[in-house]
Amino acid sequence: MHSFGYRANAVVTFAVTILAVMCSIASLSDNFNASSPTAEIKVLNINWFQKQPNGNDEVSLTMNISADLQSMFTWNTKQVFVFVAAEYETPQNALNQVSLWDGILPSKENAKFWIHTTNKYRFVDQGSNLRGKDFNLTLHWHVMPKTGKMFADKIVMTGYRLPDSYR
Amino acid sequence: MDWQGQKRAEMLMQVMLVVFGVVAFVVGYSIGSFRTMMLVYAGGVTLTALITVPNWPCYNRHPLNWLDPSEAEKHPKPQPVPSKKKGGKHHHK
Repeated sequence: MHSFGYRANAVVTFAVTILAVMCSIASLSDNFNASSPTAEIKVLNINWFQKQPNGNDEVSLTMNISADLQSMFTWNTKQVFVFVAAEYETPQNALNQVSLWDGILPSKENAKFWIHTTNKYRFVDQGSNLRGKDFNLTLHWHVMPKTGKMFADKIVMTGYRLPDSYR
Repeated sequence: MDWQGQKRAEMLMQVMLVVFGVVAFVVGYSIGSFRTMMLVYAGGVTLTALITVPNWPCYNRHPLNWLDPSEAEKHPKPQPVPSKKKGGKHHHK
């Protein structure tokens, strides 16, 4: 502590180190969050179901997505990123995941929501395997923290099926 | 700052920063506000800097006793011994 500059440097360095420790403990505290998310997706209508000129199937659907992700929010949560993916199997690929919709929940109040929408992103297959296809709709979420580790999880909903022929 | 003052200032700085860190975290966690934790901690760091960095009089209570100039004159500085030639060849006749 020999001079003003020396002491000023010591204060700043130590303060930043302690800040880093505080942030890691804050991130660790997220592990103790007991969460109980729920979600439900209803496919209200298959708007159209065509084969594109390049040979790939494409579907347009209208869904009602409702979820309650309020319990995922902690004091250290900046926002929750949510997306819906259609998952199915084809002879070519063991697993296909196509993202149909996504959104950002900026606060706990927004986390209990429902939305009536067509698919935000196009549901296009690699090939034409979708006729009569059984698929799952999975709601994924990423809890983005203010500092530290990001947690990601999902709820899988099964039992959806595409029509047997093009419309 | 004298030596005692430096020691005090350093000790104060470490204790204050750790205490403010703990207090800020506990307050922020219990009321669920990350922002509050940051604000309390920032306030604490500023306060610590204000108390421990400038050269306050309380850190100069044990000044070093430098020798008085009049006393120094009574004890002249030792003169360097005139140097002999190194590795000198001794010619014994």
